Amino acid sequence: MKSEIDHLESKIHWGMVVDLDRCTGCEACVVACRAENNVPTAGEDQAARGRAIHWLRVERYWEGEFPEARVRFRPVLCQQCEAAPCEPVCPTFASYHNPEGLNAQVYNRCIGTRYCANACPYTVRFFNFYNPVWDKPLHLQLNPDVSVREVGVMEKCTFCVQRIKAAEIQAKAEKRELKDGEFNPACVQTCPPKALIFGNLNDPESEVSKLARSNRATVLLGELNTRPNVTYLERGSWSGEEGGPASAG
Amino acid sequence: MEWRGGWSGERWVIPMASLDQDTLNRVDDDLLRPLMATSRRYFVASSLVGLIVLTAVAVFGYQVWRGIGVLGINRPVFWAFYITNFVFWIGISHAGTLISAILRLANATWRRPVTRCAEAITVFALSIGAMFPIIHLGRPWLFFWLVPYPSQRTIWPNFRSPLLWDFFAISSYLTGSVTFLLLPIIPDWAVVRERAHGWRKRLYRVLSLGWRGTPRQWNRLETAMHIMAVVIIPVAVSVHTIVSWDFAMAPVPMWHSTIFGPYFVAGAIFSGIAGLILAMALLRKCLHLEEYLRPLHFDNLGKLLLMMSLLWFYFIVAERLTTWYGNESSEMAVFWATQRGAFAPLFWIMVLCNFGIPFPLLAIKKLRTITGTVIASSTIVVGMWIERFLIIVPSLARKYLPYAFGSYRPTWVEITVTAGTFAAMGLLYLLFVKFVPIISIWELKVGLRATLPARAAWRQKAAPWSQCRDLRGRPNAGEAVLAANLMAKEPRE
Repeated sequence: MKSEIDHLESKIHWGMVVDLDRCTGCEACVVACRAENNVPTAGEDQAARGRAIHWLRVERYWEGEFPEARVRFRPVLCQQCEAAPCEPVCPTFASYHNPEGLNAQVYNRCIGTRYCANACPYTVRFFNFYNPVWDKPLHLQLNPDVSVREVGVMEKCTFCVQRIKAAEIQAKAEKRELKDGEFNPACVQTCPPKALIFGNLNDPESEVSKLARSNRATVLLGELNTRPNVTYLERGSWSGEEGGPASAG
Repeated sequence: MEWRGGWSGERWVIPMASLDQDTLNRVDDDLLRPLMATSRRYFVASSLVGLIVLTAVAVFGYQVWRGIGVLGINRPVFWAFYITNFVFWIGISHAGTLISAILRLANATWRRPVTRCAEAITVFALSIGAMFPIIHLGRPWLFFWLVPYPSQRTIWPNFRSPLLWDFFAISSYLTGSVTFLLLPIIPDWAVVRERAHGWRKRLYRVLSLGWRGTPRQWNRLETAMHIMAVVIIPVAVSVHTIVSWDFAMAPVPMWHSTIFGPYFVAGAIFSGIAGLILAMALLRKCLHLEEYLRPLHFDNLGKLLLMMSLLWFYFIVAERLTTWYGNESSEMAVFWATQRGAFAPLFWIMVLCNFGIPFPLLAIKKLRTITGTVIASSTIVVGMWIERFLIIVPSLARKYLPYAFGSYRPTWVEITVTAGTFAAMGLLYLLFVKFVPIISIWELKVGLRATLPARAAWRQKAAPWSQCRDLRGRPNAGEAVLAANLMAKEPRE
């Protein structure tokens, strides 16, 4: 695939690790993501219709029957797949793969066929059913680095591409390489138990690439061969057996 | 009507004496009547459907103004009623051109009164269906970004996207079927030109493109029709295959299936024939064409419909059985949702409508009457609409991660626009019968003439034009010349 050649040439390949053994399900990442990325609130009525936008969600699953029930959390965000099903189906190249391994979304190109969202197995693409509104004074806290999306446009997690670009520009200006952990997406920065780790997968010494090679590593819905750049870490399967996959709901 | 003959073998049997100039004139009178006079009922009917169409257009305007949130779609069910309508109407469009082309190539002579009515369905259903990929867009005012043209944006559309394939498939099919419909209308418009007065005469003089019925013109028409009939069949098959690939190319449970191409094509022809039978029954009643659209036509199309019903049942069994036996967890979630979960009532209604009711009605000879085929066709049209809905929605509502499962309920906006499409079909058809003889006059007359024992004599006379090819492409004087003589007898200005 073209994307593979691209990131071989690039020194950088962004990736994330989600340590399910550390996640407490506190949802601080969800709040941080909203604040950073100007994610609009849908309102009670629209949320009930399934139109709430959460670029990052914490899925909650129950294991066993009450009272022996045990809760498991799984933060799910755009998996930034290498072989992303959303990319080839977009007729306007609004969804495309950038050379640094990001599954990018160009809002201005999007005409709202919603095909990408149907093709996405993780259901992490979100559609603007109406023009976004912010109740005053919330409009004052909008992040000036992130564009606000209009009605009819698809949006999703970008790995905080605005932070990536800012750091890259800064490093270039100072004529140096990016350091591991120099910056982080909002969710990673916020996570209290450090369950989220972000970095360059092409750097074998980075924390994220070390963790991604761990024997606890697994990917979500691996059987679909989407080759995600988000890796999940967990000890054993959810049912308590050793070495099972985390893909089944 | 004198030429009321029986059906024997593959030819009309007509008492020879009855096929005189009076009969031919009466054919003209019968078939041109809707073009020459307009009843009050016509105005009432067309204003009614016109009003529904206008309402639907206004409601679409409301959708653009408020935002696409006025629809019932949500996450994860991003496609629902609009895409169902898209697939449904593209399916209905397979009635006409495909059936007509196959019957022409097979030289099935009973086709003559049926072909135009079928070809018109294709053009209208295709136009209606092709609107939906545009009006379902989040930003429909930017639909032209789907069209490949060198723009100042310096970006081409993505040719890997099945939606682009749709664009090419549908525009080819629309161009082809409009040509296929218009070609054999030219001689008929010439007939109207000869008989009309005033503004109508001026109109049809332009429309008939200088048709004078010379052997050269007939020869070219026959050749063009033959080429179009051959070309349009693979185009029609490819169109619905590509529509199916909109779904089959995405890794969505029960969409990602190799069976979808042929399954969709079979379903399209199935619903198309049903739509054709309904249109024919309505035309027969409203335009008093009882002498032309006869029980025979309904019987023959009923047999075709029976075959398609069996084929549809075979496909659904093949699809469901392999899914169930494979027992793949994500697919089983969709499977059980349709078999016995939230979508089960719709599923079993669909099986009843597409197989349970039509099968006995069409299989038992006594029941395969006009009424029988019309009842079967009505249930099939409903059943096939539900089928498309059940292909699209349950898969999206049960996609992999249970946390993101969803459901769908249409809003009044989607329901109004859907009703508008059916009204639009009615309106386009009503307008069409005002400007075009709904039964091809010259083809019908060719059919009448062809049965005369005098045919041999005509062939003799036609010897100089032996380069003429009939619809099978065989070099004999055949039908083209017969028709040419027929036309020559028409009163001229």
